Amino acid sequence: MFSNNPFAELSALIPPTVMQTYVVVMALLVAGGTLFDIMHKKSARYFFKNWQNSKSSAKQQVGGGEMVSIAVRTAVVDVMTSGEFCNMRRRIAHLLTMYGFVIYVVTTVIMVFAYPTSATPAPVNLPALWYIGALMVCLGGYWFWFFIRVDVAAEGNSPFRFVRADLFIVSLVLSVTFGLVWAYVQTTGNITWANVFLALYLLATTVLFGSIPWSKFSHMFFKPAAAMQKRVAEANGTRSNLPAPASAPKIYGSALRQPRHY
Amino acid sequence: MPTFVYMTSCDGCGHCVDICPSDIMHIDTTYRRAYNIEPNMCWECYSCVKACPQNAIDCRGYADFAPLGHSVRVLREPEKATISWKIKFRDGREKDFVSPIRTTPWGSIRSPADYEAPTADAMNSQKLAHEPEALKIDALPALTRDQFKQGLV
Repeated sequence: MFSNNPFAELSALIPPTVMQTYVVVMALLVAGGTLFDIMHKKSARYFFKNWQNSKSSAKQQVGGGEMVSIAVRTAVVDVMTSGEFCNMRRRIAHLLTMYGFVIYVVTTVIMVFAYPTSATPAPVNLPALWYIGALMVCLGGYWFWFFIRVDVAAEGNSPFRFVRADLFIVSLVLSVTFGLVWAYVQTTGNITWANVFLALYLLATTVLFGSIPWSKFSHMFFKPAAAMQKRVAEANGTRSNLPAPASAPKIYGSALRQPRHY
Repeated sequence: MPTFVYMTSCDGCGHCVDICPSDIMHIDTTYRRAYNIEPNMCWECYSCVKACPQNAIDCRGYADFAPLGHSVRVLREPEKATISWKIKFRDGREKDFVSPIRTTPWGSIRSPADYEAPTADAMNSQKLAHEPEALKIDALPALTRDQFKQGLV
């Protein structure tokens, strides 16, 4: 099962050009939805206004070299290793979901465009990577959904309560879950159930990529910008008006532990 | 000066929700970020401001006595046992204060649950729970009868 390219099997039912068009439409929805989100919420305007304010009240100028160093640190610490999270469980769940999603999307695109039919067999590792990526998303996503989500952990709400903030994570885990189930059922030869799960897979995937103006999908674009701005504010001395760190040794330990009251 | 949250800095960890004594810090249903649901009921205790690991919570001064342009920001560093304040006035003057929070490591003070449960006889004692050992003394200071004022007993 893990070496089967599910899209090559699907090509018997749906022509590869249709699959490729669907992927392109989803990519356009991401680009269009993100641009709409930026304009509608005026987040880019807010970001540049903050940037200008920070620059005009800077106590020291940040040079080009230092800016590159800040950008590298933002990319490595805040983006690639999700350094923003103070809760280690949440950080691990986020990393699993993030890297799983990246692997899953990239392998999907490669399989759909480069190996769309049984006549062009994909390398064995490629479908395996698709399954591994999808399983990583499920592991991180469901862990987050049932146990780590703050409205469950801190607010004490039911894990089954669904609000707009859940649109992204729910459509993501459902898309991946239905994708996995569809790929499995397809290998068993049960055409009816395979088609049912294919329809659910397409529905959840369309909601995931088409609901960007209403979901948290675009956080992957604006969060790095906010992290970069925070680091620049520290470097230019404004520190978002925060006091400078006290000149005292770190000998007392930290009381900042994730509360587990519920 | 009720608190508010910078949504771009908040990571939705829930520390402020847990610590707020008024139970007015909650998680919003659109972005899963913290927000102050009822600023009128805010005690201005600064608990959420100090607890936030992202420094994403700030205070909004009332316009009549805290005009635009001012800022009161706080940085809590438990590892150093310090809490620092930066007061920025409207005319640009700034004042910085640093205060100690405590002088012992976090977790070094035993909680009441770490002590043995008192016996029923303890109800008749004038001593408080775990006295005098919790005070790190052998016995509580007390006057002997000959030290009392004449005529008192």
